[in-house]
Amino acid sequence: MAHFGHGSATPTEVEDPRQVARNTRLGLWLFAVYCLIYGGFVVINAFYPSIMTWNVLGVTLAIVYGFGLILAAFVLALVYAWGCQRPVRGGEGPQ
Amino acid sequence: MIPQPSPIAIGVFLIFVGATLALSFWFGSRAKSSAGYFAAGGEIHWFVNGVAFAGDYLSAASFLGICGLISLSGYDGFLYSIGFLAGWVVALFVIAEPMKRLGRYTFADALNSKFQSRGITLAAGLSALVVSVFYLIPQMVGAGSLIYPLLGLPHWLGVVVVGLTVVVIVATAGMVSTTYVQFIKGGLLVIFSGILTVLILREGLVARTDAAANEPQTLTTTADGRRLVNGVPQGLGEGQADLRPVGHISRLPGEIERTGPLGPLQYLQMIRDSEIVLWKSTTTIENGDKSVTFSPVPTPGEDILRPGRSALFQGLRGDALWPKLNFLSLMLALFAGTASLPHILIRYYTVKDQAAARQSTVVGIATIGAFYVLTLYLGLGAMTRGTIDLTDSNMAAPLLARSFGELIFAIVSAIAFTTVLGTVSGLIVAASGAIVHDLISGVAGWELSDHHKVRLAKLASIVVGAFAILLGIWFKGFNASFLVGWAFSVAASANLPALVMILFWKRTTKQGVTTAIVVGMVASLAWILLSEDTFKTVYGYPADEAARLACVPFSQPGLVTIPLGFLTLIVTSLLTRGTAESVAAAKASR
Repeated sequence: MAHFGHGSATPTEVEDPRQVARNTRLGLWLFAVYCLIYGGFVVINAFYPSIMTWNVLGVTLAIVYGFGLILAAFVLALVYAWGCQRPVRGGEGPQ
Repeated sequence: MIPQPSPIAIGVFLIFVGATLALSFWFGSRAKSSAGYFAAGGEIHWFVNGVAFAGDYLSAASFLGICGLISLSGYDGFLYSIGFLAGWVVALFVIAEPMKRLGRYTFADALNSKFQSRGITLAAGLSALVVSVFYLIPQMVGAGSLIYPLLGLPHWLGVVVVGLTVVVIVATAGMVSTTYVQFIKGGLLVIFSGILTVLILREGLVARTDAAANEPQTLTTTADGRRLVNGVPQGLGEGQADLRPVGHISRLPGEIERTGPLGPLQYLQMIRDSEIVLWKSTTTIENGDKSVTFSPVPTPGEDILRPGRSALFQGLRGDALWPKLNFLSLMLALFAGTASLPHILIRYYTVKDQAAARQSTVVGIATIGAFYVLTLYLGLGAMTRGTIDLTDSNMAAPLLARSFGELIFAIVSAIAFTTVLGTVSGLIVAASGAIVHDLISGVAGWELSDHHKVRLAKLASIVVGAFAILLGIWFKGFNASFLVGWAFSVAASANLPALVMILFWKRTTKQGVTTAIVVGMVASLAWILLSEDTFKTVYGYPADEAARLACVPFSQPGLVTIPLGFLTLIVTSLLTRGTAESVAAAKASR
């Protein structure tokens, strides 16, 4: 199977398994948080659409929630990037 | 509408295309190896890669399609913006780092890093090809839409120009030139969308109460092929008429005539409290003459800033269950689809390590998120400034730019054109990688030297480019966002279950992965081809007959076919677990 040529195009990184596990765990937690926010948006739109007409800040809830989802994605991404940079206790430091 | 090309627009367009090609030739002289061709040698800086993500992702569907949808019906287009961005959360938190760790050139590499299976390579390679081709269609349609008002060339010629330019870009330097084209385009797109938004806010909103703004318009195509506008031949000469661009505010709060400059929140508050004239179309056929009548529909602003006004999502306001499930299905596909798109995934191979993959995704989310916020203002700007072409919703953003002057129209149209170039380049790199690296080298077993691999990939890019040109001509007139929804559904159904389960379920077998990809891909394709939307928009059936002929209860497949992919993988893996264990034991005992 030599011609499959799989594997990284760049030299393999030296990984700390504890750091990889910590990053994966953090990613899944943040993913779950976003799923809740996004799921709420989709379900309200589908089954309780009149809620989206509520007046929030002088516009509709649909607008505020939509902008909130975009902002939440960015904030959670920053949290993840910050969390992954932190050294693991007793580990080899940030990647 | 009949185009009125200007020398400035043509000049700026030629400068953009010339600069893009020059960049490609320059990089082409430096990249010779297959690692350089497919993955830019893993040497792209994370910030450049992050903006290039935006350049890759913000396709014709985002810029032309979403702005067009918002301009025609309001908030419904913004639902696509939200779904498209949400998909990046899956990419960052679940896929980015493992993808970089496991793969080399293509999506199949990551799936196959554990099993080294010919079946997985075949299934994943085919899936990458199918998704890339589906994604190519709206890009090429968008290109044809753009070139018509810009240069006055017919749709088909626009598609051919894009096809040829992209093939030159990809065939010269592969992923390196593609990355920098996408970086420049992504940056320019966000900057100029920001400039347009500032101009919209600075001018504020103006009410039009003259009767001429509300006059209905009729476009008739006679049995012998002539086109009449309001009963006279369509044209710009004497005794001829053309459709006028539409979209205006009929009443502002407090009965004022204009608001003056507005802040971002104030603008939306004003829209909510105003009355805006949207347009509906009615088609009649008499003695072989087909007439489309466009009539004004004064609409409260509050109704525009909530979902459910467009034909795509009107079911959200009713009681029937199927339209609601159709909506859930689309939003699930957009959420799950981004992290399953081969042309996005291969961008993770162009950076040096997992940290760079993570950082570039964060930059991508910032850039893409900023753009999607702006799409709402661009769409509403087109809706209220009389810049909607009733025959082509994809033209809303460029025509909006034209309302601020010829130069900004020229620049925005040229950027939109490079938007298409950037995305199509990425798609063709992904497709040619799937053909050469996965199917020819991996499955057929051809022993290729590095040099031959690159040459064959360039040849494959020419073939895929030619195919894309044909599809772009055939699908003329479709809304780009609508078509991209299909690509996301197929990608999410075929690829995501395999990717996720390989990462998080240790009992996954190679048979499970292969079967899940095939079942997900075939099921989602079959669902799309048998759906009401396809009977109506692709096969050309009238709405009521399309509803009767449809074999599936709603048009978006994701809600059924994504879980089906997961289920198939789990069941097949459990059934083949014994076989996999015995093969492993046999290998260990040798």
